[in-house]
Amino acid sequence: MSAIDELFVRTRAANRAALVGYLPAGFPSKELSVKAIEAMVDGGVDLVEVGLPYSDPVMDGPTIQAAADQALRAGTRTTDVIDVVRASAATGAPTVVMTYWNPVERFGVNRFAEALADAGGAGLITPDLIPDEAGEWVAASEQYGLDRIFLVAPSSTDARLAMTAEAASGFVYATAVMGVTGAREQTSALGPELVARLRKVTDKPVGVGLGVSNGDQAREVAAFADAVIVGSALVRCLLDAEDESAGLEAIRRLAQDLRAGVERT
Amino acid sequence: MYAQPDPTGHFGRFGGRFMPEALIAPLDELDKAWTDAKADPAFMAELDRMLREYANVPSPLYEAHRFSEAAGARILLKREDLNHTGAHKIRNVIGQALLAKRIGKPRAIAETGAGQHGVASATACAYLDLECVVYMGELDTQRQALNVARMKMLGAEVVPVTTGSRTLKDAINEALRDWVASVDTTSYLFGTAAGPHPFPSMVRDLTRGIGDEARAQVLELTGTLPDAAVACVGGGSNAIGLFTAFIDDADVKLVGIEAGGDGVETGRHAATITGGDVGVLHGARSFLLQDEDGQTIESHSISAGLDYPGVGPEHSFLADTGRASYVPATDAAAMSAFDLLCKTEGIIPAIESAHALAGALELAKELGPDSTILVNLSGRGDKDVHTAAEYFGLIDEPVVLEQGVEE
Repeated sequence: MSAIDELFVRTRAANRAALVGYLPAGFPSKELSVKAIEAMVDGGVDLVEVGLPYSDPVMDGPTIQAAADQALRAGTRTTDVIDVVRASAATGAPTVVMTYWNPVERFGVNRFAEALADAGGAGLITPDLIPDEAGEWVAASEQYGLDRIFLVAPSSTDARLAMTAEAASGFVYATAVMGVTGAREQTSALGPELVARLRKVTDKPVGVGLGVSNGDQAREVAAFADAVIVGSALVRCLLDAEDESAGLEAIRRLAQDLRAGVERT
Repeated sequence: MYAQPDPTGHFGRFGGRFMPEALIAPLDELDKAWTDAKADPAFMAELDRMLREYANVPSPLYEAHRFSEAAGARILLKREDLNHTGAHKIRNVIGQALLAKRIGKPRAIAETGAGQHGVASATACAYLDLECVVYMGELDTQRQALNVARMKMLGAEVVPVTTGSRTLKDAINEALRDWVASVDTTSYLFGTAAGPHPFPSMVRDLTRGIGDEARAQVLELTGTLPDAAVACVGGGSNAIGLFTAFIDDADVKLVGIEAGGDGVETGRHAATITGGDVGVLHGARSFLLQDEDGQTIESHSISAGLDYPGVGPEHSFLADTGRASYVPATDAAAMSAFDLLCKTEGIIPAIESAHALAGALELAKELGPDSTILVNLSGRGDKDVHTAAEYFGLIDEPVVLEQGVEE
C-alpha cells in the first residue's frame, strides 16, 4: 500500500476529504518554495503537489504561468525540484510532482523515477501525458513503487474514464471544468457529474481540482470527492504578498480555511 | 507503399498525442470528422471547387531559366506564391475551415507567427462566415503590424499574447488554452503539420496537392521525375505537402531546408532537426530545440515563418528513416538566394521560400548541370519587403506605419 493509499484510508475513516495543495518548486526561490510547502502542510494540507516549472504550460492559467516563469528565470533546474520534493516529503505529507511530460523524458524516465523515489516522492501527476502514451512511465512507476495520477475531464468518454482510472494509481485527478488552472468565483457544475460517472467505473479515490480557492468551495467539493485539489489560490498568496512572512502566513491561513472545508463539518 | 501514421497517430516513434485529457475526445471527434469528410465525394468536390475558384489552385510550375543558369542545374519552381493570400497556407486553411462548417462549430481560432497563417485563417473565415480569433505573440504583432491590420480588415480579432517569449510558440500555448475552454463551439485551425494527432496528417492531406500537382507538371514538362524536391521547413506544412507525392519514388531526393539563422554552431538558429533533440512539444514527440532540462529554447531566424523551435513529427520520421534529408541554410545564404531570384526572374520570394532556393543552389553543385531540381516556392515576399530592404540597406529611416508602431 502506497503512502497515498494510506492517506485515503485515513481520510475515509475520518469521514473527510483529503486536502491536496500545489506549489511550484523554485517560486519565488528554492528556499522559499520549501518554506511555503511547510506552511501549507502546517495549515492542514494532506498531500503536496510540487510543480515542475516548464516553459510551455498549456494547461495553466495566468497565475501558475507567472509563478513558473519566475521560477525558471530564477534558474530552477529539474534537480532543484527533486530537492524540494525531498524537503516536502520530510514534513510527513505524501508528495507528488506535477509536471508536463518533456522535462521527465529529457531527464530520462527511469532516472527521474529513481531520483523521485530516492527523494521520498510518492508519484507523478501528468497533465499532458495520457495513459495511451505512458508505456515507459507505467513500467518505471512500477519498478520504483510510484503512483501514477492521470487526469480525466468532463469531455472524457465513459470508455476513456474507465481506461484512465484503470491505468491510474493513488487517485484519479478529475478536472472539474473545461479550461485551464485558476481560481474561479463558483465551483463547476460539471464536477459532481464527472465524479458520478467515474464512480461507476472505479473504486479508486477521486480528487477534484481546477477552480477551488476557499473553504466554502472546498466544502462543496468535499461533499462528492475524496480529495480537494487547490493550486492557483495558494500560488496567489505568494504572488500578492508584500513580504515573505506575509506570504507564508497567508498560505497557512488559506490551508486552514480549506482544511476546515474538507472536514465536511 | 508508404502508409503513415498508424491508427493512433504515430509516425514510428514520433507524433502521438501529448495533450490534456480534456482535448482527447475532441481530437478523436476531429479525426473521425476528417476521415469521414475525406471519404465524402461531395465534400472533396466542394473543397476542390473552392481551391480552384477562390484560391487560384492548382498553381503553375515554372521553369526558372535565368536562375537555373546561375545555379548550374535545371530549377523548376512550384509557384505557390501565386495562390490567394500569397502562400501555400490557403490550401490548409480552406480545408480546415470547410471542415469546421461541416462539423457545425461557428467559431475558429488560430495561432500565427509572422501573420501568414493568421491572414489565411481570417480570409477563410470571412469567405466561409466563421467567427475568427487569432492568437499572435505580442512581439510578432509589433514586428508584423501590417499583417495585424490585414487580419483586422478581414474581420478577425487579433489577441496579442504577452506570456513566455511572446512569439509563435506562446501563441500556440494560448490558442490551446482557449480551445480547452471553448472546444464545444470552436475549431482550432492549426497552421502547420505539427501538433497532436490528427493535425499532422490532416494538414498533410490538405497540402499534398502541392506535390501531387507538381509531380504531374514535372512529368509533363520533362518526361521524367525530378532528381530532387526541395522545400523549406519550419513546422513543415509546405515541405510535407511537396514530399508526400514523391515518397514512394525512391530516386527522387527529398531535401528539407531548415532555418540556420546565424549558423547552427552559434546556437542562434531554428534548425530543429539539424540542431535539436527528440522530445515532446505542443502535443507530439518530434525534434525540438530544448535545453538540458527539456525547457524549450527560443529559435532565431530572419524568416518569421520558420522561427519555431519544433517541427512536424512526420519530418522527424522521414529524417530518422533517411527517406528525406534536412540541412540548414543560414540567414545570409537565404538572403543571397532571395536577391538572386529577384534579379534573375523578377520574382520576390518569401524569405521562408528563399531558404529552399538557397538549399537548391547548394544541391545544384552536388547534383551537377544535368540535374533537375524541383523547388517549392511556398510564398511571395510582399510581406518581407521591409525586412529585406533593411537587410540590404535599402531604407534609411524606419517606416512609421501608425502612431507609435514601427515596422
